[in-house]
Amino acid sequence: MSKHHVTTTINGEPVEYLCEAQQTMLDVLRDELNLTGSKEGCGSGDCGACTVIVDGNIVCSCLMLGVEAEGKTITTVEGIAEGDKLHPVQQKFLEHAALQCGFCTPGFIVAAKALLDENKNPTEEETRYWLAGNLCRCTGYDKIIRAVLDAAALMRGEAGAV
Amino acid sequence: MSYLDKSALKVVGTRPVRPDGVEKVIGRANFGADMVMPGMLWGKVLRSPHAHARIRSINTARAAALPGVRAVITADDFPPIASEEAFVGEGPMNFRDLSYNCIARGKVLYDGHAVAAVAATSPAIAEEALDLIAVDYEVLPHVIDVEDAMKADAPVLHDDLFTQGVDPKPTKPSNIAKRIGFNKGDIATGWKEAEVTIERRYTTQPVHQGYIEPHACVVAVGADGQCTIWSSSQGQFMVRAYCAKLLGVDIANIRAMPAEIGGGFGGKTLIYLEPLAMALSRKSGRPVKIVMNREEVFRGTGPAAGSVIEVKLGAKKDGRLVAAELLLKYQAGAFPGSPVGPGCMCAFAMYDIPHVSIVGYDVVSNRPKVAAYRAPGAPNSSFGVESCMDELARQMNIDPLHLREINAAKDGTKAAHGPTWSNIGYLETVQAAQANAHLSHKLGSNQGRGVASGFWFNIGGESSAACHINEDGTATVVEGCPDIGGSRASMAMMAAEVLGIPYERVRPIVADTASVGFSFLTGGSRVTFATGMAVTQAAEKVVVELKKRAAMIWDISPDAVDWKDGKAYPAGPNAGSFEPLSLQEIALKAGRTGGPISAEVTINAQGAGAGWATHICDVEVDSETGRVKILRYTAIQDVGRAIHPSYVEGQIQGGVTQGIGWALNEEYIYDKDGRLENPGFLDYRVPVASDLPMIDAVMLEIPNPRHPFGAKGVGEVPIVPPMAAVANAIFDATGIRMRDLPMSPPKLRAALDAEAPPPRLAAE
Ligand code: FES
Ligand code: FES
Repeated sequence: MSKHHVTTTINGEPVEYLCEAQQTMLDVLRDELNLTGSKEGCGSGDCGACTVIVDGNIVCSCLMLGVEAEGKTITTVEGIAEGDKLHPVQQKFLEHAALQCGFCTPGFIVAAKALLDENKNPTEEETRYWLAGNLCRCTGYDKIIRAVLDAAALMRGEAGAV
Repeated sequence: MSYLDKSALKVVGTRPVRPDGVEKVIGRANFGADMVMPGMLWGKVLRSPHAHARIRSINTARAAALPGVRAVITADDFPPIASEEAFVGEGPMNFRDLSYNCIARGKVLYDGHAVAAVAATSPAIAEEALDLIAVDYEVLPHVIDVEDAMKADAPVLHDDLFTQGVDPKPTKPSNIAKRIGFNKGDIATGWKEAEVTIERRYTTQPVHQGYIEPHACVVAVGADGQCTIWSSSQGQFMVRAYCAKLLGVDIANIRAMPAEIGGGFGGKTLIYLEPLAMALSRKSGRPVKIVMNREEVFRGTGPAAGSVIEVKLGAKKDGRLVAAELLLKYQAGAFPGSPVGPGCMCAFAMYDIPHVSIVGYDVVSNRPKVAAYRAPGAPNSSFGVESCMDELARQMNIDPLHLREINAAKDGTKAAHGPTWSNIGYLETVQAAQANAHLSHKLGSNQGRGVASGFWFNIGGESSAACHINEDGTATVVEGCPDIGGSRASMAMMAAEVLGIPYERVRPIVADTASVGFSFLTGGSRVTFATGMAVTQAAEKVVVELKKRAAMIWDISPDAVDWKDGKAYPAGPNAGSFEPLSLQEIALKAGRTGGPISAEVTINAQGAGAGWATHICDVEVDSETGRVKILRYTAIQDVGRAIHPSYVEGQIQGGVTQGIGWALNEEYIYDKDGRLENPGFLDYRVPVASDLPMIDAVMLEIPNPRHPFGAKGVGEVPIVPPMAAVANAIFDATGIRMRDLPMSPPKLRAALDAEAPPPRLAAE
């Protein structure tokens, strides 16, 4: 099998890699690029643990091929914080104890960031539906939803909304 | 020492950020599948496509010859193991069965049973090699349903399984592994005294724990037999013990490293992959990584037992229960060991009933071996009993909470399974429910309200912990229980409280099996209780040492030193007059006062406090589709002392949500050939964010005097009441009693169509 050469941008940096035609983006991130923050919970697009942002849209990286990244701009969970400054969503996840095992957390962080990029003031219901593609088996979602709404408030410059 | 006085606490009871939080929100935490080793191979597992078949032969030659394949294994690569009960996991485990479950020997017993495994230089080659393994099966008749499996003419899974607990011992093998019974009082007298009786039958389906992280491990065995296991489990010491036994090696030759664990809920209290990776590594001389996919998780691991529950209750006209009878039939999966015992014991634990008779059966069938799942056994029997309590309450026109109130077990009540309760908070949960604002919400049409209660034992057990004072006055806490939901934070908080230093100056770590003393696994809601006790004692030992050092510096007796807020003080004017010495100052001088300051404690913690809960659930039923929407949910629980309240709430909210999934959607669906039809999250539907409201967790703090801070276990009892709470709410909304889980839209829709709803009860 000959490998494909891919040139792309990941977390703001130009990246080149070789991948096999059948390798998913998730496999490439985890096994070729050592970006293991994106998790595989199902490999079938049902759990959201592998969520990344591709050209502004959230995508299950397990459903995308590595070769499809050519020329795209990708953000993974490793690219959400700016240096050592956490994104408000990350900060609020910590403050609200919105993670227990933390395995679903990368997917939720990425999906929630994308939500707040698009909608500065989501309602609880909008947040619940936006995140309905991300499974969490530990928390019952309560604290996750509160953390996201609180992060939105923080980003709007309001204090302690939830 | 005791820290039961909450008002004196500075750290315990607050909500700091967890010590391992940042690495988990930036994607840096290392879970089972994140580990790589130089020269690592990829392992894959071949699984049975049959529910029950004899393995005539396995030909691995073609797979082994595929370029890139470095090892192929079957059961022949494992030593045969005699039947022997082990007690390192949650509940008893037979080593022989565990070995046979990890890799089939002679027969496959369920769809998904592992048959062989390969290790190759890439996942794709390993996958290709699986197709080249030729297994010659003789397909045998199979049995899936628990009651079918109990029939005299059912296909028998194990020729050497004779029902235990019956007299005389049966002459023929069967699928009934065990019969157990519990009695209190005299049930015949109870039925004579009863003025009202009710008898009902309920069923539940197997459900998977559904942790989002599939099982994963990397194992490296050296030429000298030294083995390192990196895996995601609920107990690195459990992994070490099981692997040593299954591979026939000394425990000292295995070092088990705890990866971060992406959920377990009991499902990672046993092993599946580690022995296979170990055998492959031994054979190939290379580290081997195996990661399950989601389909393998569903077909090959867990689930919780499905069950049949027959309940009979007898009461006086005023609602006082006088008699209760229970018959339980629990699916064990392919090997004995369903949690029918706890199912029997938990069923009536909330109530003070003079005459009780309970019988339970542990039954094998051609399904994956069940694993523990949050309060294993209790949710099943409680679904039956708590639904039946609701049916009784409505039949007698008594408020369901009042019925529970007048029958509540209290301190001094003797439970049917033996113990006499003390320091229990069950009645308080009922009274808190009666007073909860939840009840003041008005219900609309198609809406209903249900309540249910639950009990779980919680356990203590063996734990080790160390507390090291660092040169700069910070502290490191070392423990041996994987942190599955924020327990590092609780450990650091308890240590900080005892040492009198800020929480941020204590760093907790979960150590590997070579770096801390033996610790039983994370399970049974035991870690905050038992490991917390070990951590507290280690910190207390350090304080004794710190006082000794201060005494040495001041040249006075250690008895004349007090420890307060992280500083040594002379104890009263007679001790002399000295400026207080901080922990930091003492740490700086440790080299000159006797060397490093640290303590390790190993205990077998006794006196765990049981968990009690009462839940209130409001639902709305869509009469066209049969879909149930959860409108409001309040879970009230006796938590002892909430060390970190956010993580206690989190346990409650998570347990409730799993219970709602169990109630409404989750089930294993088998086709007529015994193959699992829904091994994925698309068709096995767990609750998602848009299915749920906020879940109100109400923590009642009725301290457990046997724990220094009063902690009781909190993680398991939250999953016990939801199934009945939801079913009772559905009845309230529709007048339809759903006695078979899950109460999925098609089933509820069919029930709605079959019955015209009767008018609402006057009391509702
Ligand atoms: S791993 Fe991609 S959605 Fe589950
Ligand atoms: S925190 Fe464990 S799956 Fe979400």
